[in-house]
Amino acid sequence: MPSPETLAQLGVIGFTFFMLLNSAAVLVYMERKVAAFVQQRYGPYLVGPKGLLQPLADIIKLMFKEELRPKAADPLLFYAAPILSAIAAFAAFSVVPFGADTDFFGLLDRKIPLAPADVNVGLLVIFAVTSMGVYGIVLAGWSSNSKYSLLGGLRSSAQMISYEISYGLSFATVIMLAGSLSLGDIVDQQAGTWFGFLPKWYLFLQPVGFLIFLIAGVAETNRAPFDFPEAEQELVAGYHTEYSSMSFALFFLAEYVNMVTVSAVATDLFLGGWHGPWLPEYLGWIWFLAKVGFLLFFYIWMRWTLPRYRYDQLMEFGWKWLLPIAVINLLVTAFAVAWWGF
Amino acid sequence: MDAMLFWVLATIAVTASLLVIAQRNPMYSVLLLIVSFAALSGLYVLLQAPFVAVIQIIIYAGAIMVLFLFVVMLLNIPTEEPTLERRWATGAGPRRFGAVLSAVLAAELYWAISSIQKTDLPAGVPETTVKDIGVRLFSEYSFAFELTSVLILVAMVGSIIIARKEPPRDHA
Repeated sequence: MPSPETLAQLGVIGFTFFMLLNSAAVLVYMERKVAAFVQQRYGPYLVGPKGLLQPLADIIKLMFKEELRPKAADPLLFYAAPILSAIAAFAAFSVVPFGADTDFFGLLDRKIPLAPADVNVGLLVIFAVTSMGVYGIVLAGWSSNSKYSLLGGLRSSAQMISYEISYGLSFATVIMLAGSLSLGDIVDQQAGTWFGFLPKWYLFLQPVGFLIFLIAGVAETNRAPFDFPEAEQELVAGYHTEYSSMSFALFFLAEYVNMVTVSAVATDLFLGGWHGPWLPEYLGWIWFLAKVGFLLFFYIWMRWTLPRYRYDQLMEFGWKWLLPIAVINLLVTAFAVAWWGF
Repeated sequence: MDAMLFWVLATIAVTASLLVIAQRNPMYSVLLLIVSFAALSGLYVLLQAPFVAVIQIIIYAGAIMVLFLFVVMLLNIPTEEPTLERRWATGAGPRRFGAVLSAVLAAELYWAISSIQKTDLPAGVPETTVKDIGVRLFSEYSFAFELTSVLILVAMVGSIIIARKEPPRDHA
């Protein structure tokens, strides 16, 4: 019989998985409503009150679609690619804490982390798993045996490799400030306030790092204005051109879960995680959800406001602007930490 | 539990590595190599070295193998044909040379495996932390570290020169 702590941890894992699945549905609704708001129309309003059940209708429709596979496609990899994408998306969330360590009001003998796992190299795990996500897209592009898919897959891998470096460097600045790789420790370093009103978020110490993280995060999740892997005008639908039914739904799911992960990591690294005024510690997850929700809204807002860049502009921006700024930011932070010792 | 995990991961690593060279489709070879790296990374976790495990994934599975995949996709190498005539590999000379090499390798492997002394991992070994690795890297091993970075720089310059387009020449 496993200990109550183990069982509780398993419960947290199951709960996180369930909530991530739901978050995709909520995001589908949110995306459609925000898009409608930006474009001055109503958006979904027929299925359920205010169209709230629209994601459910979408899922049912997708499940009953026919599963198609091009004749010349590589069968094994064609079916493995969306699964790989989804696995990488969910696995990346496995070390992200969403609340302070808790013993569930004295039910357990010792505190367990409110995250699927608390690893002392947590940030690197996120980085590693995110970098595995590119395989799903590349394999989808290659195995479809279609030129649009192949171009989409190639673009996506080039884009993700280019922006991964800036992404990692913005991680590194926070690691230096906090002196730890564990997300729980990093969040706890941001508790409290300066001068009584300004929260000790790394956002205020690292505004440049936060900006780099946001931009690189959009590029990593292949969202507009960096959604080249699926640029409609040029590539039909990019790497998932040939996919239908639930395989297509898995790519969709992976994209939304990745968005949630990037927002949650940004919240933990720069926005003080579950720390906030007024609420007691055991309600900290409300702050966490509010901050993640705001970032997600920001992503959707950006997608429906900004036009897509050109591919060469994307590469030029990534290598000639974002990367040098990230390196300089890292050096400045390193000197500051070495001299003043935060 | 640890022993069971070790055998599972070791079996996956060895099987995947064998399949890498047994494959005729280069795409599958690349993917199997990633599986092998992932299993190796699991072994590092069992050895109380989570940092090395994660770096193994980031560097090898995440960065280098993506580039491999990239090359395979761009060249679109067809499946290797076993019937293809490859003179340089089928003559008597290369075969004898290969036989000698594999005999040497087998002897070395036998020597290496037979000289392993089984010692249990001391119980109270602390987990290697990032800080320990960093301090060692920039004090004790700084010369080797800098030498490696020069090597990588040379490789980078070399690849740029090889890939550079030839300047246009006059038609003679």
